[in-house]
Order: sequence, then structure tokens, then C-alpha cells
Amino acid sequence: MSGLDLNYSEVEEELRANVRALLADRAPANVTLARTEAEQTTDLALWRSLADELGVTGLPVPEELGGAGASWRETAVVLEELGRAVAPVPFFGSCVLATAALLAVGERKVLSQLASGEAVGALTVPFATAPGPGFPSGVHADDGLLSGTVRHVADALVADVLLVPALAGDGTPELYLVTGAQVEPMVSLDMTRQLAVVTLDRVEGVLLASGAEAAAAVGLALETGAALLASEQLGVAEWALTTTVAYAKERHQFGRPIGGFQAVKHRLADLWVLVSQMRAVARAGADAAASGADLPLTAALAQAFASGAAVTATEEAVQLHGGIGFTWEHPAHLYLKRAKSASLALGTADRHRARISELINL
Amino acid sequence: MDAELTRAIGDLLAAHDPATTPVADFLGARFDAGLAWVHFPEGLGGRSAPRATQQEVNDAFAAAGAPTLDSGRHGIGLGMAAPTLLAHGSEEVRRRFLRPLWTGEEVWCQLFSEPGAGSDLAALGTRAVQEEETGDWIVDGQKVWTSLAHEADWAILVTRTDPDVPKHRGMTYFVCDMHAPGVEVRPLRQATGEAEFNEVFLSGVRIPDAHRLGAVGDGWRVAQTTLMNERVAIGGHAEPREGGMIGVLARTWRERPDLHTPALQDAVLRLWVDAEAARLTSERLRQQLAAGQPGPEGSAAKLAFARLNQQISGLELELLGAEGLEYEDYSFRRPANPSMIGGSPGYRYLRAKGNSIEGGTSEILRGIIAERVLGLPQEIRVDKDVAWKDLPR
Repeated sequence: MSGLDLNYSEVEEELRANVRALLADRAPANVTLARTEAEQTTDLALWRSLADELGVTGLPVPEELGGAGASWRETAVVLEELGRAVAPVPFFGSCVLATAALLAVGERKVLSQLASGEAVGALTVPFATAPGPGFPSGVHADDGLLSGTVRHVADALVADVLLVPALAGDGTPELYLVTGAQVEPMVSLDMTRQLAVVTLDRVEGVLLASGAEAAAAVGLALETGAALLASEQLGVAEWALTTTVAYAKERHQFGRPIGGFQAVKHRLADLWVLVSQMRAVARAGADAAASGADLPLTAALAQAFASGAAVTATEEAVQLHGGIGFTWEHPAHLYLKRAKSASLALGTADRHRARISELINL
Repeated sequence: MDAELTRAIGDLLAAHDPATTPVADFLGARFDAGLAWVHFPEGLGGRSAPRATQQEVNDAFAAAGAPTLDSGRHGIGLGMAAPTLLAHGSEEVRRRFLRPLWTGEEVWCQLFSEPGAGSDLAALGTRAVQEEETGDWIVDGQKVWTSLAHEADWAILVTRTDPDVPKHRGMTYFVCDMHAPGVEVRPLRQATGEAEFNEVFLSGVRIPDAHRLGAVGDGWRVAQTTLMNERVAIGGHAEPREGGMIGVLARTWRERPDLHTPALQDAVLRLWVDAEAARLTSERLRQQLAAGQPGPEGSAAKLAFARLNQQISGLELELLGAEGLEYEDYSFRRPANPSMIGGSPGYRYLRAKGNSIEGGTSEILRGIIAERVLGLPQEIRVDKDVAWKDLPR
């Protein structure tokens, strides 16, 4: 991994500033908290702004297909900021998982719709699916008609198109485009990324790829997702660190800011070290996704490290905020829920350690 | 790298074949060509080039098979003394010391810690008193944990020159001749059985005023330059994947399937992940540092590696089981080239215990990160306005 570029370019920093400014304006914590109890838990107006005002929904898609012709590195920077705001938009499902799968199979029409943000796509797999050998088996294809139930699908609630991995009668992996599935919300641990149950009962699908090509596309989408999820986790952890440090300076007990006590200071110092390490790992993941070099190992490393680190950061935020950190009113719980759910998403850390074990014979 | 630098390197290599030129001669030529520390001024081993180009220059010399000094023997000189001499030395001092330091003809050590001043370095009590008639300084005291003192020609030394003011204000920084009368070096035996370090007793040691770095009473500020560079030197260098302690553990794991259990495997994998994350973090820091001065971020790298080295070496003994009950050799010896990852598994385990103490304890480093990076309130300092001589001890 010596050729990795682990820093941010000026363009990436500029992109970050734009996304951060938009989110500060449109998705402050109180708005995001209220959204979790609204009829529609996705902020579609914010989504439109990300797509139309900032044009960040198609960063890795070539310009001739309506994208920005950038790469997964820039997408990762957007994810950092969306994580920092726990913004309830279908970016990860549509602009990462679905986009990666469509890029892999060379589909153009839907890809350009996702790139422009005019349509939302979702890869119809359980969100806990880990990359690696194995193909999702929840849906069966019978003569182009799809049947099955897939639980815990991310960003399907507002999806216009579903990318559905399915097994043909003879067990051949296939990948379909579907528009007419039944999608029901689930009460989800993560309140800012509500999952859904997708039910297909002899629904017509358009076959995108079959056999090894379908398996490779789904595999690459999951691997890219695992590598990039670390950037979202980094944003979540950075929020936890920054917010907790600010609170420790301002909250007084025993006549002093609590951040002056070593029991608090040293925990925050350790947290800062952890977040610095997450940043390096997340950048490695983004760079590997962009270049394709060493992606399986880097994606596994990204999740094996960032999953637990983001959980630690948000748990520390709750604890070091004391009572206020356990209230509904304070957003810390939204971040805790996002971090814990993300640590289960795309395979738990132990699944990724097992993958590392296979890849480097350890 | 610009064309001028490339040409200068090419000219030097053409005139001094790295394969046949004696090391000190080659390094001397590199110094004289301004290609030692490129960001140093002309005549002092540099050419006032951007610091960021140093790595490329080093890489170019490495690619040509050019010699470098052993970092064990010369690390203190190159990593700590040189930047301090440059930042705070007089023109005379810089001209006298930088070249032989760079060529390896003179070895350096660091006389900082004392038995009564470890983490609280500013409490140090080695006295330096100026002689009226000569202007020379007469030094008395004891220093401890001094690597290389028994081989060093010169030392960087911090002393107490004014006991009547609060501790940070009454210190002065010197270059000390380790061969001067009154310097006595005794080995300090450590938990591993060997003596990597020394105690240094200074009795009436005479130092000319010309060998003072910085103003009288300004020693603490000068010492900060040294300490910031020390942390970078300890934690901030590039490693290949599985390059450090984790590589030893990974090798043992692969070579010894007879030792495998599922629980140990998960422990090995967890440490591999943590070590790789720490390595990438150092690599990221290195990419950033290439363009600027060391900051407190170096403390994070040292903190991470201390913990990892201890965890990894501890797990290695567990993995080895019965074999972990053995130790190679406790007899007193002076290691020629101490290595954290060399020696036996038991040695690694014991030696790693020093990693969270030497060069700033992990607790001190957490304080530095909390205060200087995160801006959290400073420790309440009960000794702040108390004259050094009145401190409880």
C-alpha cells in the first residue's frame, strides 16, 4: 500500500467545504432529530440540494453518463460530511452501492439517472451482507419473474429502482433492475438510515448481468461499499470527538471545566489518536476503491478498524457528556445508533478479520 | 525535485563513487554540497531548499547505493542534536559541530533526565555556575537514561543556572564534551539484563560559554526543539506493511501452525489490523511532515506504537506457550546495536515495557495531545510561581 495517497487534495477540501456548508444550513441536529419521527424519514429536499446545487450524486460516474468524472476518493469526502451530520439521505445506497454495481456491469441509462440524482437506486441485499465469496440468496428468478423477501435493505424506502441479485432456477447468480417491488419500512436501530423489507412476488425484472459477471458486480459493489463506509464512520467519529471536546471545555463541575480533569483529558487524547488512525484507514479505503489496487484487503482493513473505532467514539461521546448525552434531545444517540448499525453493516469486524486472514494467510 | 538539485546529486555521485568512497568522506562531500539537510542554510550542510524535498534527496541517494549512518549510533545526533544546534547555536557552534555530526565522526548523546526529574524534566537540578574570571561554566549533577554516553564525544545538556526563579525560567542549555575531566559514565542495567543506557555523573565539568545554546535562562525553550524532534524520530518514520513488531508475530504465526488456536488467531488478527492502522497513520503523518515542521501529532504515533509493541510482544509469549517460559540471557552485557524487535520473544516483551516510558511517558503524551492539539485546560500547576529551590522534593 506504499503508493497510497492518504491526504486530501485541494479540490477535495473545497468539495468538503461546500457539502459541510450545505449540511450546516439544511441539516442541523434539531432538524435531523425531528425528521426521525416524521412520516417521511428521508430528507428529500436535502437530497435534491445535494444533487442539483452541489452535483455530488455522480462523482465517480464518467461525464458522458451525466456524472462528474471524478472518483471514489471525492465520494468518500462527501460521505465524511454526511456522516458528520448523520444526514438522512440515500447517498450510500444510491451513490455508492447501486452506482458501483451499475458501473461494474456497464449499464448506462439508470446509472446516469442515479448520477444526476433524478432517481434513487438501492442494492437489494441485507445491509449486513459482507463482501467476499457467496452471493445473496434471498431472491429467486423464474423466467425473469422475481420472488423473495429481503430484509434490512438500506435506502430502499425512497428508491425508484432496485438492483436485485437473484438466483436462477439452476443456481446461476443474476442481477436485475426492478421497479415494482413492495417496500415496507422497518423500525431500525439507526434512526437516520431507516431500513426496509423488500418483498417480490413474481415481479418482472430487467436482467443486467448473469453468472460470473453478476457475482463480480455484486462483490465489487459490496467491497467498494465496505471501503467507503469507513469514510462515513470517520465523519461520525469526528463529530463525536469535536462535540465532546467542545463540551468538555464548556461544562463546569467542581468549579472547573471537566476537560481539565485527567480522567477526561486522557480519554479524549486517546480518542483523538483513534480518529487520526481512522482518517488514515478511511483514506486508504477511498484510494484503493478509486484505483482498484489491493481493494479486497484494504476494504477488509477499513471495516475491521473503522467499525469498532466509530462505535468507541460515539460511546465515549455519550459517556463524557454525562446526563445530557443520554437524553433524546441531544443528538449523541443518533450518532451512537449510526455507528453501531454501521459496524454491523457490510459485515461485522470479525467477518472482515476472517477475510484478512484468508487474503494474507494469517 | 528541481533540476538544480538533481544536477547537484548527479555531480556528487559522479565525483564520489558511493561504492568505493569511505563513508565519512562521502558524507562529508554530501555535506559540503549542501545535500545533507537540504533545508539547512548554505555552508551548514544545506541549501535553504524546501524541507519537503529532503525525502526525495534521501531517496535519490539511497537508489544510488549511497552510505548512511547507523540510526542506532547516530540517531540522537541526527534526530535531536542537529535541529537544536541549527535552531539555537551560534554561527561558531554550528560550523564546529554540524559537519562531524553528519559524517559520523562524532557521536552525540543527550543529558536531560535526572533521577529526580523524569516526566517533570523542568525540575532538573544539575547545577551550572559561571566562573567570573573565565566566563566558563562549572557543572555538577547526575543524569540518567543516557543512551550512547559511553561512546559519545559530545552531549546536549540542560542545566539549572538560576535556582531562585520558577523552574522553567532558570535553565540553560549547553553542548558538553563527554571526554572532559569530571564526566563519569556508568552503565545502567535494565530489566532485560543488559545495559543499553547509562548514568552520567558530572563533577566540576568545565564548559566554555561559547558552547551555550540559546540565552542564559532560556534552556527550556531550547529543549523543546530537541524534544519535539525526538518524538518525531521515535514514532514518525515510514515502515513497510508488517515492518515492525507485528511482522515478527505474523511470521511466527505462519511458521508455527502447531501453536494455532481460534482465540489466538483472532487476537493476532486484531493486532495486525491495529498495527496496519497505526502504520498508515504514520505514513500519512510522514507525507504531511515532508512539507513542514514537526508538531505534537508525532506524540500520537509514539503513543500508538508503544501500546502496540507491548500488546504484540505480550501475545507472542502467549502464542509460544511453554517456549515463552524461557529467556535467552540475563547476564550483564552492552548491546552493540539495541533493537526493539531483535533478540528473543522474552527480550521483546521486556524491552517493550520501556516504550511507554522512554521519550515521554504515554501519560505525558496524552496530556500533550489534550492540551496542545485539543486545547483542553492545562493541568493545575502548583509549582508554577515557586522558586525552583523551594519546590517540595
